Amino acid sequence: MTGLRIPEAAAGARILAFGDYRPARIVTNDELSRTVDTNDEWIRTRVGIQERRIAGDDEGIVELGVHAGGKALANSGLDPSDIDLVILATCSAESPMPGHAPQVAHRLGIDAPGAFDLNAACAGFCYALGTASAAVRAGSARNVLVIGSEKMSQWIDWTDRSTSIIFADGAGAAVVTGSESPGIGPVVWGSAGENYDKIIIDDRHSFIRQEGQAVFRWATTAIAPVALEACERAGIAPGDLAAVVPHQANLRIIQAIARKMKATNAVVADDIVHSGNTSGASIPLALSRMIERGDVPSGAPALLVGFGAGLSYAAQVIQIP
Amino acid sequence: MAVATEQQILDGLAEIIDEIVGIDKSEVTPEKNFIDDLDIDSLSMVEIAVAAQDRFGVEIPDDELRNLKSVQDVINFVQKLQS
Repeated sequence: MTGLRIPEAAAGARILAFGDYRPARIVTNDELSRTVDTNDEWIRTRVGIQERRIAGDDEGIVELGVHAGGKALANSGLDPSDIDLVILATCSAESPMPGHAPQVAHRLGIDAPGAFDLNAACAGFCYALGTASAAVRAGSARNVLVIGSEKMSQWIDWTDRSTSIIFADGAGAAVVTGSESPGIGPVVWGSAGENYDKIIIDDRHSFIRQEGQAVFRWATTAIAPVALEACERAGIAPGDLAAVVPHQANLRIIQAIARKMKATNAVVADDIVHSGNTSGASIPLALSRMIERGDVPSGAPALLVGFGAGLSYAAQVIQIP
Repeated sequence: MAVATEQQILDGLAEIIDEIVGIDKSEVTPEKNFIDDLDIDSLSMVEIAVAAQDRFGVEIPDDELRNLKSVQDVINFVQKLQS
């Protein structure tokens, strides 16, 4: 028998627009130092965070995702009816069932799209973007809404100074569409499941705990080579990058990755300073702010690299919309 | 890799510390304690250990790193593993 019919598809995929949502409540280092034994100077020098956003009781993964997704959709100029796939990356869901993507789609007026959640923790957005790009190029979707939405605060022990100073809430999103000229480079992704217990929530009664030093060592040594491979596979020299956007884990990790990449002409994302570590939401949050501020011109190449629990990691080069 | 002399390890370590935390090479002497004297925190120690691994060809795992309190401790550790 002959093979089955496959759909016609776009040669490439690109990002049309980004959107973000930062919860209203700002929690400063001074506020945290009233409940745990820490201080502003210690947090700034170790982690680089000055303040973070914490979602309200009435804001869950869905609400955060709706805000960011709606903004990305509006910025893209597309109608909700144009979207036929919604991928929501999260690792901080309160409940594992149902997934959040169908509800976000419904709330945004997107009618019956393919919709699913994806968990690759802090690498989630890059995994979702790689999946969206592949879906468009395979003809499985025409336009994809990719969202990273996290409410890390519901998994934080507020008396644990090693995690409560780091993690925060927020959501970021991107609209991906087909294009003649590729604007999303090949994804380089991988994992190290033998280190599953380095960043972990043990069970439903537990909180996030991480082995800070081990994670720091891994992130400052293993991730720059992944980012460089993504540049190589996209055909972009590190020196030609306009932006380097690592997951906003820790300012010192971000700076170490950028330094090792030798991306000498790139703006390095530092959204962590005001947003904290929002896991799978941090990369689109950082990019949205950079674009809003005019830090990066439209069409310029930017390197994204996510890394975290799993352990898992993913990187790709994109063109700024 | 050839076994480094104590002075070579000290010089190499001073260069690494200068590059990572910006402490002048002359400040890095064997009796100095990383935390108390040089004001180097645990995360910088990880970066220094990784750089020292590449430079001296020895592995310095986190468990060992905890015991390396002074510049002399690192010199001794590297020499022990190189020999």
